[in-house]
Amino acid sequence: MKISVIQFPGSNCDFDTVHVLNNVMKVRADLVWYKSEDLRSYDAVILPGGFSYGDRLRAGIIAAHSPVMEEVRKMAKDGYPILGICNGFQILVEAGLLPGSLLRNSSLKFVCKWVSLSVMSNKSVFTKKLREGDVLKMPIAHNEGRYFIEESDLKECYRKRQVVLKYTDDKGRVSELSNPNGSIDSIAGICNDEGNVLGLMPHPERASEGLLSPFNSDDGRLLFSSMIEYASER
Amino acid sequence: MVHLVKVVIENKASARDPEGETILKDLLIKGGYEQVKAVRTAKLLKMWVEADSDKDAKEIVSKLCDELRVYNPVAHTCSISVEGEK
Repeated sequence: MKISVIQFPGSNCDFDTVHVLNNVMKVRADLVWYKSEDLRSYDAVILPGGFSYGDRLRAGIIAAHSPVMEEVRKMAKDGYPILGICNGFQILVEAGLLPGSLLRNSSLKFVCKWVSLSVMSNKSVFTKKLREGDVLKMPIAHNEGRYFIEESDLKECYRKRQVVLKYTDDKGRVSELSNPNGSIDSIAGICNDEGNVLGLMPHPERASEGLLSPFNSDDGRLLFSSMIEYASER
Repeated sequence: MVHLVKVVIENKASARDPEGETILKDLLIKGGYEQVKAVRTAKLLKMWVEADSDKDAKEIVSKLCDELRVYNPVAHTCSISVEGEK
């Protein structure tokens, strides 16, 4: 089992992600430079958070044209697990690997806080071990996290169970108060139709060691362990 | 010949523009300009393009905007105009 964590110029959650995979999840993870054109030896790919290319033009758009993304695209098509966290999510939507887009937060402010998330679908290989309705605790930290998609496409995402995570309160209720960035329908994470590509704004790698969480949350591990189990059984 | 081409990228009407809303509500209306009924912000890119004509310059920019996803068709509209030779 070997997981690649892609480093773009401006990534800043790359080392945290590798740390959690190596030391908490006990699987091998390597940092892979964005110019790499060969990911054949890896079983899964994670695009970490950060500010690739300083968010110039639009968060994620320039990184989406990186050489490594051709490889990521091939792996996505072949069914390998691909996870985009925060800026990684932005890169995946800009690369067209996930539906929708991520716009500037409705508050026009950078939002950095712990949020509650409800699992809406366990279709994705990252939520297979979770039950729909489970509430997770993870932090967010972003300026462009307002998920937007046209109504007709959103309906299609619901029909195909691609809406994976929503911002809710601790009891799993959606409300304007529990929506930190103005995302349509409070959407925090979405997967592709096949379920092997997931993007989410919250940071599971920052919620994988209880000691580092004000809520003693290690809920992020659940996503990683689902991914690892799926990748090892493929 | 070098032509100045302007690309304006803005959120689709169905995507809220909170910056435009704030400018309208907290600057223009409060400043006494109630004649203004709506504001939408946008991003402007100016490109200086070598081409034989305005039409060719516009075609090049139109192609690159689609190909390289300079705007995100999910959330944005994109309008392109040529300002002539520069």
